[in-house]
Amino acid sequence: MLASLREVFRYRSLLRDLVARDLKVRYKRSALGILWTMLNPLLMMVIFTIVFAHILRVQVEHFTVYFLSAFVLWNFFAQATSWSTGCLLSYAPLIKKIYVPRSIFVLATVLAGTVNLLISLVPLAIIMLFVEHPFTPALAFLPVPILLATMFSLGLSLALAPMCVMFADVVPIYQVVLTAWMYLTPIIYPLSAMPDRYRWLLLANPMTHIVEAFRTPIYQGAIPSAHVMISASVAATVTLVVGWLIFEHYSDRVAYYV
Amino acid sequence: MAADDLAIDLRDVSVCYRLPRERITTFKEFMIKWARRRVEYEELHALSQVSVRVRRGESLGVIGRNGAGKTTLMKVIARVLRPTSGDVRVNGLVAPLLELGAGFDMELSGRENVFLNGAILGHSRRDMQRRFDGIVDFSELEHFIDAPLRTYSTGMVARLGFAIATDVNPEILLVDEVLSVGDIEFQRKCTERIERILQRGTTLVLVSHSPEAILQLCGQALWLSEGRVVADGPARDVVDAFVARPTTTLSAAG
Repeated sequence: MLASLREVFRYRSLLRDLVARDLKVRYKRSALGILWTMLNPLLMMVIFTIVFAHILRVQVEHFTVYFLSAFVLWNFFAQATSWSTGCLLSYAPLIKKIYVPRSIFVLATVLAGTVNLLISLVPLAIIMLFVEHPFTPALAFLPVPILLATMFSLGLSLALAPMCVMFADVVPIYQVVLTAWMYLTPIIYPLSAMPDRYRWLLLANPMTHIVEAFRTPIYQGAIPSAHVMISASVAATVTLVVGWLIFEHYSDRVAYYV
Repeated sequence: MAADDLAIDLRDVSVCYRLPRERITTFKEFMIKWARRRVEYEELHALSQVSVRVRRGESLGVIGRNGAGKTTLMKVIARVLRPTSGDVRVNGLVAPLLELGAGFDMELSGRENVFLNGAILGHSRRDMQRRFDGIVDFSELEHFIDAPLRTYSTGMVARLGFAIATDVNPEILLVDEVLSVGDIEFQRKCTERIERILQRGTTLVLVSHSPEAILQLCGQALWLSEGRVVADGPARDVVDAFVARPTTTLSAAG
């Protein structure tokens, strides 16, 4: 594992090129370009705020910020992992001809997602200004949950990527799983809204803690509790290590399939 | 022969493509078939029990008919394919010239592609900036370097690819039949450059259908047929044996 990390480091200039290209390609074809990163959460916010605050009347103070702070993080996770499902296939011509550490393609895809997440913090800040939500020093803590979310997404992406090459239907299956997963994560509703009987389901979900670690500094202006941070860190680290090992084991077979 | 004298050391390498009798592309199908124990494979041996040793600074020519496993062998040395069984040791920085245009982005300009290709070979941007002028100079593409690659001819792409791969001081150079692209003049230039690189002690593996090219550049040669080594030794002997081979196999196969 150490040797492969060193190898990824040697190819860091390729990694940077791939991230830049990924972002460029994603926005080149749309008229509004990078504005989409900002508009997408804005529009989602309008829809969800209307539905949950005014129609379903979810009782959460400052619902807009409560929801949006979790949603941008979820959106990053969902996008990064879904993009990763196709990334080995899209680089197939390269994989078949030249050796580069294959993990670099997954890494580039997830990091492009992280850059996207950082960009989407701008509309989040605009909305916070607009609804007069306070900006607190706790915001300086945000790099930690962003790092944890990136580690967790990378781990899952590394495990998924080779599977998607070998079996085409993992991609649509994963989309269904993602939808269910989103509703099993306290994003639109607070943890307390779940009946006690089922709450363990939310607590067993690593994304619950990672989302909470990201939301608390923004929404409550506080550092997340030790319990949340430990759960999130353990989940992110274990997922990354296991994902990396799975990828190492299967990545040699990828050239036979693509 | 001490082990660290060897640039390339392949032992009993086999590459076996498992082709399912019916192509299984979905997980669902796989589970159903697997549950019924009906996943059957046809095995295609692209390489069987091939052992190759190339000493540092030595050059090896690989000959054989189409489908003999030459390209698969190159892919194993370049680490693109991991063999199904056997041991692969490659000591040194490998520059693969397996397929020209591999790792090029046709939408980007020649200039951007020099950096992209350099990055794919594991070189930093700064490193490539230093080499840039030399690469452009050798490829004779000064006037076209800022045009997108899709406007280049095949020969021009080949020149750029060759210029990059040979400029980065590889310890091991893998060349797969790429010298046949480009005009005669450029071919001569490439051959000259390979000869110069060889003098610096670079190891070369060359796949070619041209016995002349192999005799000119390689001291050793390897003849592959249907994934097996037929002959291995001094280039002259192997090429002679290859040229003199009974052509009945041709008509039988054809």
